[in-house]
Amino acid sequence: MGETPHRSADAGTGGTRVTQSHEWPAGASARVAEAPVSTRTPGGSGLGGGGALPRARKFGAERAFRGLSMAAGAAVLVIIAAIAIFLIAKAVPALRADTENFWTYEGWSPNETEPKFGIGTLAFGTVLSSALALLIAVPVALGIALYLSHYAPRRVGTALGFLIDLLAAVPSVVFGLWGRDVFINPVRDFSVWLNTYFGWLPIFGGDGPFGRSILLGALVLAIMVLPIITSLSREVFLQTPTANEEAALALGATRWEMIRTAVLPYGRPGIIAAVMLGLGRALGETIALAMTLGITFGISFNLIQNGGNTIAANIANAFGEANETGRGALIASGLVLFAITLIVNITARAIIYRRREFTESAA
Amino acid sequence: MTTTVTTHRPRPAAQPDSLRAKRLPRYAAPAIALAALLVAAAVVYGTGIGGAVLVVVVGALLYLVGLFAAANAVEGRRSARNRTWSALIHSAFVLAVLPLASVVWTLLSNGVDRLDGNFFLTSMNNIGARDPEGGAYHAIVGTLEQVGIATLITVPLGVLCAIYVVEYGRGRFAFAIRFFVDVMTGIPSIVAGLFVLAFWVLIVSPWFNDGRPSFSGFAAALALSVLMLPTVVRSTEEMLRLVPAPLREGAYALGVPKWKTILRVVLPTALPGIVTGVMLAIARAAGETAPVLLVAGGGAAINFNAFENNQSSLALFVYQQAGDASRYAPARAWTAALTLVALVLVLTIAAKLLARRNRLGR
Repeated sequence: MGETPHRSADAGTGGTRVTQSHEWPAGASARVAEAPVSTRTPGGSGLGGGGALPRARKFGAERAFRGLSMAAGAAVLVIIAAIAIFLIAKAVPALRADTENFWTYEGWSPNETEPKFGIGTLAFGTVLSSALALLIAVPVALGIALYLSHYAPRRVGTALGFLIDLLAAVPSVVFGLWGRDVFINPVRDFSVWLNTYFGWLPIFGGDGPFGRSILLGALVLAIMVLPIITSLSREVFLQTPTANEEAALALGATRWEMIRTAVLPYGRPGIIAAVMLGLGRALGETIALAMTLGITFGISFNLIQNGGNTIAANIANAFGEANETGRGALIASGLVLFAITLIVNITARAIIYRRREFTESAA
Repeated sequence: MTTTVTTHRPRPAAQPDSLRAKRLPRYAAPAIALAALLVAAAVVYGTGIGGAVLVVVVGALLYLVGLFAAANAVEGRRSARNRTWSALIHSAFVLAVLPLASVVWTLLSNGVDRLDGNFFLTSMNNIGARDPEGGAYHAIVGTLEQVGIATLITVPLGVLCAIYVVEYGRGRFAFAIRFFVDVMTGIPSIVAGLFVLAFWVLIVSPWFNDGRPSFSGFAAALALSVLMLPTVVRSTEEMLRLVPAPLREGAYALGVPKWKTILRVVLPTALPGIVTGVMLAIARAAGETAPVLLVAGGGAAINFNAFENNQSSLALFVYQQAGDASRYAPARAWTAALTLVALVLVLTIAAKLLARRNRLGR
């Protein structure tokens, strides 16, 4: 009872409030619609008699939160740029001090008064060991992925897939330790055998010692990237539309023909992306290779003699006794590695993005 | 014989047997395998070019050839191909399981030697080459602190970044962020370590350390967060996309501002999935050696302060003990490796189980 006279009195005395509340929604709705904040909010149409919509404030919580999240997003770009900038900043003085050609010199002695170091042998070793590892790992990984997705009973496939995912999480230092202490023995025997019967091939030539070789490093690397490639390509194979598979089978295809005509073509971009990601991982692998390669400098295609080196392994091994220039030289080599992996990754991602558009339009 | 089988001529239905293609009997595959092994053994031992391993390898090759030939003769070319490929796929599986099983087995059998209280309660301080004691207490402390700090840095940053990409981001800028988050996934850990070395240890830290570069656990945490960030962003992004639109629209319809909707409705719904992603990222970071090697400095003593002086970590401890000349070092390395793998696997399994219980699951 006490409220009503007040209202009516208010309306009677000119009703500033009432008129304001009528003008408000129109102005507010226009403002809200213009504001970028509410591009996706369904509100702001100005309909409904619910009364005033809140005004979009200039420095409200909405703006602050949006700005904060945007800054976090920008941080990613900043970090990538900062990696390049700081590596370059520290690499340039060392490169200036290098008395030999950085690209072609075979050797790494940046700590002396006349620093001499070259990336050529390291880059060669990196590419050789990664390529060899992928050559071994990819067919096996695709075989396992096909086994898990199309051959094994469903329960077995799921359980083993889980196991493979777990193996992908095993740290590289563990693989390095295993390769150095355990796996080296069969590999050494195998190398001796290869040298005895295939020694006439230059890649299996030489007269020892064998063991801590590119072959051991590449095999350990292959075992490490195997779970990654397997779990990625298994997921791709599982996504093959059942209709395609059943159509192939209904036309009388055998199981292999079904895989060749329905599963593999559908999964090809995914396989390529998985292989590229495995390559990225192999190129950047540090500790396992630092522990299994016999560190030498020199370009050689011999796979079984002690030797071999990669950019990342060299950083781990040479960091301990590096001085100012030595650190700069290592950072310069890291910059080269960064560039290589960046190219590989961008290519892989570009392939995946193309595929994503393809599947979305097909769906 | 082959031709009559492969070209299916229409025949009267009165003879059901002839409609069915001829198949190899069940005992054919084992019989071929046995024959292949016997021939391989005869050849290998007869010429004396190798041992049991070579017998198995040659036997497997002979088995593939023999299987193809037999199936080709009885069932036809297409079926022969099918059988050969399926044998190849099965053998790929066996080939991969062998080394992985060997890793697990050696880890367990070598790791239990030093799995005692002393290992977990002492550091390597004052442990000489002739002392059989010494443990990884300092390394465990280092790992926990570094990973903890890295998580504290990464989770808010990563979740906010994912919120921007999913909820706010439009156009080129958001696309660039998504693309570079993906690219960042592939940055080698050693490069992340070098980045923090160049940026934090060599350039920033001398300002408050009397002009000398300061290696510290915090620097390692920075490097680890560079490695964790893309994983956290990607998994959060995927989970946010799975939150049903009606939930958001319901909140908007009630007049809840967008930021409050995200914080109170969207994030809690996606929380289990986000936690899964974070745990996987932690598991990956805990196993990283290279960045810690470059920026934490390592050290034998217990150091609880991550912001000052050298710190070690479990992975780095494994690497250092593996390179140590002491004859007691390998046992320590294997036990530390077992501890590290146990830590990582517990995190991973917990994350996967959590993901399985997630209501938003794919």
